[in-house]
Amino acid sequence: MEDAVSVRDLVVDRGGRRVLHGISCAVPRGTVTGLLGPSGSGKTTLMRAVVGVQTVGGGTVHVLGEPAGSTGLRRRVGYLTQAPSVYADLTVRENARYFAVLQGRGRAEADRAVTDVGLAGAADQLVGTLSGGQRSRASLACALVGEPELVVLDEPTVGQDPVLRADLWARFHAMAAAGTTLLVSSHVMDEAARCDRLLLIREGRLVADDTPAAVRAATGVDDLEEAFLRLIRGGESEATS
Amino acid sequence: MNGRILAATTGRILRQLRHDKRTVALLLVVPGVLLTLVYFMYVDQPTPPGAPRTFDRVALIMLGFFPFIIMFLVTSIAMLRERTTGTLERLLTTPLGKLDLLFGYGIAFGLAGVLQSTVASLVAYQIFGLDTAGSPWLVVLIAGVNAVLAVALGLLCSAFARTEFQAVQFMPVVVAPQLLLCGLFVPRDQMAGWLQAVSDALPLSYAVEALQEVGAHADATGTMWRDVAIVAGAAVVALVLAAATLRRRSG
Repeated sequence: MEDAVSVRDLVVDRGGRRVLHGISCAVPRGTVTGLLGPSGSGKTTLMRAVVGVQTVGGGTVHVLGEPAGSTGLRRRVGYLTQAPSVYADLTVRENARYFAVLQGRGRAEADRAVTDVGLAGAADQLVGTLSGGQRSRASLACALVGEPELVVLDEPTVGQDPVLRADLWARFHAMAAAGTTLLVSSHVMDEAARCDRLLLIREGRLVADDTPAAVRAATGVDDLEEAFLRLIRGGESEATS
Repeated sequence: MNGRILAATTGRILRQLRHDKRTVALLLVVPGVLLTLVYFMYVDQPTPPGAPRTFDRVALIMLGFFPFIIMFLVTSIAMLRERTTGTLERLLTTPLGKLDLLFGYGIAFGLAGVLQSTVASLVAYQIFGLDTAGSPWLVVLIAGVNAVLAVALGLLCSAFARTEFQAVQFMPVVVAPQLLLCGLFVPRDQMAGWLQAVSDALPLSYAVEALQEVGAHADATGTMWRDVAIVAGAAVVALVLAAATLRRRSG
């Protein structure tokens, strides 16, 4: 089956600096693909290119068979920005209901999305009064409310307590099992093991594009953080030799 | 544009406003307080026989000004907040059309402007005995159209501001020249030719002329309707320009 996202030779410049140096990668349908890399490596820029809000300098990005940013994709792609982009002066429920209407859904779907991220008890609270972790879950509810085919989540688990983090990952896998494709970024390597596939980027270049098991096998270590270190060092010594 | 999305967007903006009780209170109370100030400024000033009271002349125009100034500021800040908090970027990845967003702001803050000028008009007519030949409802109508114009200009200007500091600076740039040249301080036909030409190009001049028509004539005049149409047309032009400044993709 065709990949949900296919990126070819993507080049992006931001503020006069090259942020992505010709990245090519793919996200298979119905998987949870982790986009990992240190802060500033270009994860957010790559995600912005996938949802079609990033001006690109070269290369192509195709999403669900259409060029990224096409009008038809706006109903089919859900995007969670890194900073929670919800209205602080509305309640959680009001935010979810507004984004539900934009996606052609109703109140029932909005209330379910709020419950799904564990905010049923805070549904009538103003987002501005929530903790950072709750606020980012409110934002997540608004990204999932339209039941999109592709979900692009920029660091969705930052600041969540371990139990909630496990719940969210279980939910991501349940969605993938139901056919949704998820592209999830993180700078925490222990989350890499929870993904079906991994994209590791560093300084705007792709270092690895494989399953966690294959990355472990290729590097001969069990710990993914250590495996990534080897991949990066291996890449650097190749470049200098 | 999509009716459901436009209605939801308008409702969302009004709901945000409703949660901010202090802003609502300021919106409704401040014009009345300022009208009180103006009333007592002029209360002991002699009026030439046959001429209208200075308070009547000034208060009538102030009723059109309040929503213009306040809605311009409120809109610039609200739209800038959409940009800086990332909600705008997210909205533009959804099926929401640019005009759904811009008209949503126009309708929501236009309604807020109508409410504000209704309260201010009640104060002016009921407490201070403002005297106009025409109906107070025409005054509220013109104030409402002014509010929509202010929203449109605010949306357009917010595209050129990166920070709240910059956004606030656009207020004197956009509002002050229109206030100075609208005919309140110096009648427009007594201005130098080039100033008159500038005044002719500023939409608020027509709003003030329309208000003066209501002040002088018992029934709505053709000039008044023409002026209202010009102000509304300027609002539509500003909204379309604002839509052109909204880019789905950015660097």
